[in-house]
Amino acid sequence: MAARPIAPDVLTTGSPARLIAGRHRASGRVVFPLPQDTGSYERVVLPSRGTLWSYTVQRFPPKSPPYRGEEPFQPFGLGYVELPGALIVASRLTEFDFEELRLGLPVELTTTVLRHDEDGTEVYTYAFRPVRDTRG
Amino acid sequence: MTDVFIVGIGIHPFGRTDSRSGLQQGEYAARAAFIDANVQWSDIQFAFGGSDAAGKPDTLVSQLGLTTLPFVNVLNGCATGGAALFGAYNAVRSGDFDLGMVIGFDKHPRGAFDPKPADWGLPDWYGESGLMLTTQFFATKLRRYMDLHNITPITLARVAQKAYHNGSLAPHAWRRTPVSIETILGAQMLNDPLTKLMFCSPAEGGVALIVASERKARQLGSPAIRIKAISLRTRPRGSFEVFAPHLDIERGGSVTAVASHAAFEAAGLGPEEMDIAQIQDTESGAEVMHMAENGFCRDGDQEKWLAEGRTQLDGDLPINTDGGCLACGEPIGASGLRQVYENVVQLRGAGGARQVARKVRNAYSHVYGAPGVSAVVILQC
Repeated sequence: MAARPIAPDVLTTGSPARLIAGRHRASGRVVFPLPQDTGSYERVVLPSRGTLWSYTVQRFPPKSPPYRGEEPFQPFGLGYVELPGALIVASRLTEFDFEELRLGLPVELTTTVLRHDEDGTEVYTYAFRPVRDTRG
Repeated sequence: MTDVFIVGIGIHPFGRTDSRSGLQQGEYAARAAFIDANVQWSDIQFAFGGSDAAGKPDTLVSQLGLTTLPFVNVLNGCATGGAALFGAYNAVRSGDFDLGMVIGFDKHPRGAFDPKPADWGLPDWYGESGLMLTTQFFATKLRRYMDLHNITPITLARVAQKAYHNGSLAPHAWRRTPVSIETILGAQMLNDPLTKLMFCSPAEGGVALIVASERKARQLGSPAIRIKAISLRTRPRGSFEVFAPHLDIERGGSVTAVASHAAFEAAGLGPEEMDIAQIQDTESGAEVMHMAENGFCRDGDQEKWLAEGRTQLDGDLPINTDGGCLACGEPIGASGLRQVYENVVQLRGAGGARQVARKVRNAYSHVYGAPGVSAVVILQC
């Protein structure tokens, strides 16, 4: 089945996907998403592993627009993930088991299906999931 | 430079008033403030007004009279009221004006606000993917704070319980029925750890204040409620605000702490000298975190403070004595001025059933809005 990312320049298409950010040429500050001002920012790919900085659950359907997710609405976890040496990024989380989620939890980048286009194309976005193995 | 006094206050009840537009609620508050100050609209030399969604404040001249006065419209999100008062304070303080009006009103549709990504300089996909909700910002800021400083959900519930109790005693409040801790904790979970009854709602209402120079205040013979200090600040580097797709790893200060410091410094007073405080409580956790950001307690002390009832009407530092945003709702343009209105009521000793137990000499108010604006007002009598 055909699949496409939610927008160009959010994540790389290779496997595994990585987030695309911008590094300010003058200050070195890393920002996400990649600004359109390519004169001031150079494209960089973010680390795929980090630690959970904060988290919550979206339990009610966000107003639409701007939200465009699958019907019927399913609650989803979200939060902020600290990617060492880069930044703290807002992201969906693949799960929201509060027995497991805690500040500092090691997480890694993956993708999650957001919805399907009318022609059946899968629209996916990025998400973080707990790191299951301990090999680093 | 002259000192600046508040010589009149007026309010249109908060909540839902289907029969009146937002502008009409503003006009209602203005007329009440004229009566309270014993002035006429024709005496007013200038006005600052704020409204987010209920029309242009300066069109009030159509109803109040075409006196040709300067009327400045301001808009700074939830801090709009603070920004309007900031402008009026400086207009009088400069010596150019003796008497002015500050007004704020609003009327929002039901439910959470629905921002457009482009208005915030953000790409559409950010909204499409369900990451653009103000409630998520509150919940994630709070979750981290609770974990770092050992705050538990019952403290959040105590804040809301206090708000609904105080609101039940305030005629201008929207939510006027006390709610139990169990009901608050058991309400629908919206964004963990925040339940529906821990969030304020967009609402309607209007507030007007009449400000005067010392000379004019004496002439009017009004009770001397002085604006001891006012500060309005925008966010510093590294703060955490709504709609942030990313944060810098190097964390910075909060705009509330910056505004609070500035106000205390200008007033020559400290947090321990405040007798009451109205602080931004968009949700229960915001009140908890803002207690520390405004310097009233150390991070983590809130758990003990709330358990001991120190912020109740009979406590050492009553907070949100009219129920705050939780009980009054949040009409963006009016919300910050409601806090100042409530402080004037308490300073006058006119709070009736909600009058605080302690003698009030210094009263503090703090409003916070997106995308990182805080205003602090310290009143003294």
